[in-house]
Amino acid sequence: MQTEISILAAQLIFMQIVFQIAFLLLAAIGIYFFAKKTAEIKRNIFLGKDEQLNDQSGKRWRNLILLAFGQKKMFKNPLVAIMHLIIYVGFIIINIEVLEIVLDGLIGTHRLFLPYLGSYYTFLIDFFEILAFAVSIVCVIFLLRRNIVRIKRFISSDLNGWPRSDANYILFTEIILMGLFLSMNAADQVLQNMGAEHYHTTGTFIVSTHLTPLFSTLSVNGLIILERTAWWLHIIGIFAFLNYLPYSKHLHIILAFPNAYFTRLEVPGKIKNMPAIQNEVLYAMQPELAPVDAVPPASFGAKDVFDLSWKNLMEAYSCTECGRCSTACPANSTGKLLSPRKIMMSTRDRLEEVGININRNGNYKEDGKSLLHNYISTEELRACTTCNACVEACPVSISPLEIIIELRRSLIMEESNAPQEWNSTFSNIENNFAPWKFSPDDRDQWATEMQ
Amino acid sequence: MKVKTMAEMMAVGETPEVLFWVGCAGSFDQRAQKITKAFATILDKVGIKFAILGKEEACTGDPARRAGNEFLFQMMAYQNIQVLNGYGIKKIVTTCPHCFNTLKNEYPELGGTYEVIHHTSLLQQLIDEGRIKIKEGGEFKGKKISYHDSCYLGRANNIYEAPRKVLEALDAELVEMKRCRTNGLCCGAGGAQMFKEDEPGNKRINMDRADEALETGAKVIAAACPFCNTMMTDGVKNREKENEVAVLDIAELIASNMQ
Repeated sequence: MQTEISILAAQLIFMQIVFQIAFLLLAAIGIYFFAKKTAEIKRNIFLGKDEQLNDQSGKRWRNLILLAFGQKKMFKNPLVAIMHLIIYVGFIIINIEVLEIVLDGLIGTHRLFLPYLGSYYTFLIDFFEILAFAVSIVCVIFLLRRNIVRIKRFISSDLNGWPRSDANYILFTEIILMGLFLSMNAADQVLQNMGAEHYHTTGTFIVSTHLTPLFSTLSVNGLIILERTAWWLHIIGIFAFLNYLPYSKHLHIILAFPNAYFTRLEVPGKIKNMPAIQNEVLYAMQPELAPVDAVPPASFGAKDVFDLSWKNLMEAYSCTECGRCSTACPANSTGKLLSPRKIMMSTRDRLEEVGININRNGNYKEDGKSLLHNYISTEELRACTTCNACVEACPVSISPLEIIIELRRSLIMEESNAPQEWNSTFSNIENNFAPWKFSPDDRDQWATEMQ
Repeated sequence: MKVKTMAEMMAVGETPEVLFWVGCAGSFDQRAQKITKAFATILDKVGIKFAILGKEEACTGDPARRAGNEFLFQMMAYQNIQVLNGYGIKKIVTTCPHCFNTLKNEYPELGGTYEVIHHTSLLQQLIDEGRIKIKEGGEFKGKKISYHDSCYLGRANNIYEAPRKVLEALDAELVEMKRCRTNGLCCGAGGAQMFKEDEPGNKRINMDRADEALETGAKVIAAACPFCNTMMTDGVKNREKENEVAVLDIAELIASNMQ
């Protein structure tokens, strides 16, 4: 009898250790691959040109708090903003529960925090459960908005293929994760009531208690299997989601923060100066100022992702493809090919392609492609009115306009690729000092008419 | 009235309070010339000593820069800054939001730093100071006016209130379009679009905006940019509403209604 019990105890301890090791492996693999991909993304972002964006840290922190934490721009549409906020707050706060789950998994405990928190524990889990329930409801509403209500920015052809599935996968996954969390708690409560070993008394949980009738007919063993399965699927789901993030539009939950911090602080109307050309012109006008060893710059504007700034590239990864920019864009809303959202998505696609190229070859091997032409066409670029509506609309302060201008610079200055009307405009400005073909002598004609 | 150039003022040892930067549209475009004249008349009436550069003024380079032709922009900027600095210009007022944006935001790092003000801001100041007084029972009293936000004043430079404050002084009923202020819809002219045909699409941008303006039922569409003015005028004409709805610059509205 004695030996039988000790064999059983040994078996249990053995099983426990197996689960702990399995958990450790799962966590290690999950974190390793996430870290690897994160490092790749960081490397890709820094393929961009250097740009100093560290000044005025006070203003930058303010942007981070207002735009990223506070989601200020989302509140242009309060109803959607509140729904999004529920998912976002739910996501962050429920992660505290994930901390317990992870520690339980590693140490081999069950509800580690319970003895320390006492009755607060039930209160805390209740709060998580309410959030989990609210998150699920909002995810359902968001699925309906995307697939049944068919809001214009969601049915746009920008999202054809993977991006549309991506958005749906995320919402489905969230619902499943929340469902597992609630099922796990429900099974736990039934087990508590049956007095099963290891299932400490917590009191009833506010949402999952309503699920307990579903499980009440199951045996103790059946319930334990159910509870453990939900627990494992939940945490496996979380690690899977972590690794899905870097391939998804959902990366914005991380990058929105640095993106808001490093956002440009200058007035939106100001276009980035090109000191190289400023000097070229200066030396042409005042040759005495030209240094003897002045080297003309290799190229102008951006043809490929390497020519953009690292901030532009980070923005491409921060974009959540919501399409507020394209809805606000005067060109897009009047049926032109240009879509600021697509500009960001194309930039990310090209950058990912370059990243894969580097992974494969050690260094970037010329693939005969470029962001300009292969991913973004001249027709798109030429439709922009530089009105800043896209920049204003973006909840995470992305500027598609900056990329458009850089690509236009390459088109004009590297390829002399301009519509005929623009060529005339340029030559008029150069020769007559006005975009139209008027004689500069008539510039003050109006004044003489006033006499 | 006699509008003096900087050269003429310098010759007699005078300095103006402010330089009026007319801009290409204001100088050459027949419709925009009326805005220029209206604004010059206001300046003259309130007794502000101003000068223009006359033949020495040149395109700021805004359309060139936005089209992607940085070389041309830098050439124009160099030339203009030489002239402006040569005259020791301190303060500039302009009726064009594009010139305003370039002079104010883009010239400083190229060596041209001035106090630059858009004419709607100056008009607001003059009204606040009581230097501009609006006629009693003016022609726009109680009439619906809708203000179209210029992108280069609004989103680009965060100027939304000045033009509206000026319009309020007319005692008119200010009606907003569906998309206004930070959400204002572009007229379609910016980014050098003014100088080329629209790209293929299903509607012209200026038609979209003009329709939105007409929906308000306003009798006057107020603009603060010569390019917006052209675009909106074309849109209204296209809908054959030009006899019922006028597109006017804020300077014109004030000039015809001040005491």
